[in-house]
Amino acid sequence: MTAPTTPLLVVDDLRTVFHTARGAVRAVDGVSFTVARGETLGLVGESGSGKSVLGRTVMGLIATGATTTVTGSVLLDGQDVHGLSRGRRRRLWGPEVAMVFQDPMTSLNPVKRVGTHLTETLRRHLDCSRAEARDRAVDLLRQVGIPEPARRLRQYPHELSGGMRQRVVIAIALACDPRLLIADEPTTALDVTVQQQILDLLGSLVEERSMAMVLVSHDLGAVAGRTDRVQVMYAGRTVESGRTRDVFAAPRHPYTEALLASIPQLDAPPHTVLRAIEGTPPDMARPPAGCRFAPRCAVRHDDCAGAMPALVPLSMPLSVGSPAASYDREVACHHPTTSAAFAAPGGPDGR
Amino acid sequence: MLAPDTRAAHPRRTLLLTGLPLLVAGLALAGWAFTTEVVVTIVRMLLLAAGVLAAIAGLGKVAHAVCGRAVDVVLWLGIGWLTFILGAAILAPWLPLGNHDDAVAGLTAPIFAQPGDGYLLGTNNYGLDVFSRAIHGARTSILVALLAVLIGTTVGGLVGMVSGFVRGTTDRLVGIVSNSLLAVPPLILLIALGTVLDPSVRSIAFALSLLTIPSMVRLARANTITVAEREFVLAARALGASRMRLLRREILPNVVLPVLSLAVVMISVLIVAEASLSFLGIGIQPPQPTWGNMIAEGQGGVMEEHPYIVVVPSVCLFLTVFSFNLLGEKAQARWDTRSAKL
Ligand SMILES: Nc1ncnc2c1ncn2[C@@H]1O[C@H](COP(=O)(O)OP(=O)(O)OP(=O)(O)O)[C@@H](O)[C@H]1O
Ligand SMILES: [Mg+2]
Repeated sequence: MTAPTTPLLVVDDLRTVFHTARGAVRAVDGVSFTVARGETLGLVGESGSGKSVLGRTVMGLIATGATTTVTGSVLLDGQDVHGLSRGRRRRLWGPEVAMVFQDPMTSLNPVKRVGTHLTETLRRHLDCSRAEARDRAVDLLRQVGIPEPARRLRQYPHELSGGMRQRVVIAIALACDPRLLIADEPTTALDVTVQQQILDLLGSLVEERSMAMVLVSHDLGAVAGRTDRVQVMYAGRTVESGRTRDVFAAPRHPYTEALLASIPQLDAPPHTVLRAIEGTPPDMARPPAGCRFAPRCAVRHDDCAGAMPALVPLSMPLSVGSPAASYDREVACHHPTTSAAFAAPGGPDGR
Repeated sequence: MLAPDTRAAHPRRTLLLTGLPLLVAGLALAGWAFTTEVVVTIVRMLLLAAGVLAAIAGLGKVAHAVCGRAVDVVLWLGIGWLTFILGAAILAPWLPLGNHDDAVAGLTAPIFAQPGDGYLLGTNNYGLDVFSRAIHGARTSILVALLAVLIGTTVGGLVGMVSGFVRGTTDRLVGIVSNSLLAVPPLILLIALGTVLDPSVRSIAFALSLLTIPSMVRLARANTITVAEREFVLAARALGASRMRLLRREILPNVVLPVLSLAVVMISVLIVAEASLSFLGIGIQPPQPTWGNMIAEGQGGVMEEHPYIVVVPSVCLFLTVFSFNLLGEKAQARWDTRSAKL
């Protein structure tokens, strides 16, 4: 056991390169972050920005192989995930770290009963009897808010609604009490009312179990108010990170600002035009030179296409009243935005 | 309101009224064509076929009227035939059947007795009972085909699954071997094996299984690749399942149905292959009967004199192969969307 003061997860300069027929796809290109015990980190970015690949590489599901190269390091509770043997790494999955997948329609085996999914995992990791596993499974289903858990155990995935299935997926992920839960867009495939319920459920489960969570989403709005910190990704790189409250109050990267502007605000006057971000994310096999966001950036300067901006710590702005030492905030931009965001009306917390 | 009832009853009655006469007339025509001596053989055959088709069409209408919805009577007739022939084949040793393979005892029996004269389907040139031989022949033919399919499905299915799951070098090697097997014409392969192996049920089954393995490998491999890419396999891996476990618990249950549907179709192919081998004299040896060597008894002018010698095993072969094919196709349409689309 490492001292509880060390972070649970330390990711350092992680890079995932897929060698494809079209050339090297740098899906994750130098990402670093830490997650403290019990902390919730939001990982936000558009479709294709490498969030899923990052999540899977952090777990070690994607590792160096015939067509993939992973460099950098991932320390999970002090263990170097990519330095472990395949068997040892496999033993982390379940009790140390677990994942909730995007689409509950495809992440459950259609020919296996809900109960089998749960008891198999339980019995494999906890070495318990059939009856004990069943009792625990019922208990888990109850914890994720599934009514009549005993009956659900005997059902097949297709007999459940999308929201119920995602609850089952969450229950399976929680079966071995992981310290870290990676939720990869857990609500994208669900309809809006159910999205809120699932996010609230995840929030309360994380709190009850003092589990750490990486909540991946393409929606800043889903992350606001539910995470301690956010990290905004663009084309495989981090463009901005900081405490959720600070980032929402004062986005410093034009991309974050644009993402924020595309969230509908309840208190905005009617008929306010939502600003979508022009253009599409770059082809990861041929990323543009310099700042990768430059071709789509509204406040582009001439030097933006020249050098790639490094991720640099920001000093505390005067208008945010937090002590200087705890202001951990980074941005990768040659010309971070300032005034506009500070003066912007509308709730700083997004909701 | 009575209207819906009468409307529902009316087409039922018409169905019954057209179906029953069609069935009876068809059966009568077929029966007459089968026994009559008045017209030449070719016309008799045509009339017989027409009668059977009419009877099936009539039966379809009657079944529709009785069940209240369209029924696939051909499929049900096929299932009925398979139940009969499989049941008879399994129970053959305990049924009161005539002498099927004891040539010495056959010396005292009439040879080439016509069907009916004390022998349901007549006797052959050794005085052996053709009906009994057809049933015992079914036993051998179906046993050989089932054994071969069992071997082929197990070996081919496992190899295909593993090769589709691990990919890489293993997959390439398996591909080369199974493509080479596919490149050899099956009959030549069988004849070559037939000259080396002794003609027992076991070795014929082994030789025939070589025919099924390559296509089984292909099907299992293709299905495995599709299933392995699905997210639930990744999800199971993310919960710490070993590769062995992924194969057994996640992939196998999703691959087994398409593979079994192909296996049913394979049975009919292998029954034909076994019959061809035995017909050529390199399969099961007489006097042990199989449909193939029973048909071969018609060679050398026998068939012209005593057509039933060939007709009985041929009809059995035809009906069995036809029924297995029907069943296999239904199974594939239901469970194997990949090959059904091909
Ligand atoms: N196995 C692979 N081989 C090659 N390229 C890949 C592979 N997996 C992902 N990529 C590429 O990596 C990039 C990032 O993909 P990723 O799935 O991580 O995006 P994402 O941010 O999760 O998007 P979404 O919101 O759609 O889930 C994409 O351009 C994708 O094409
Ligand atoms: Mg994704």
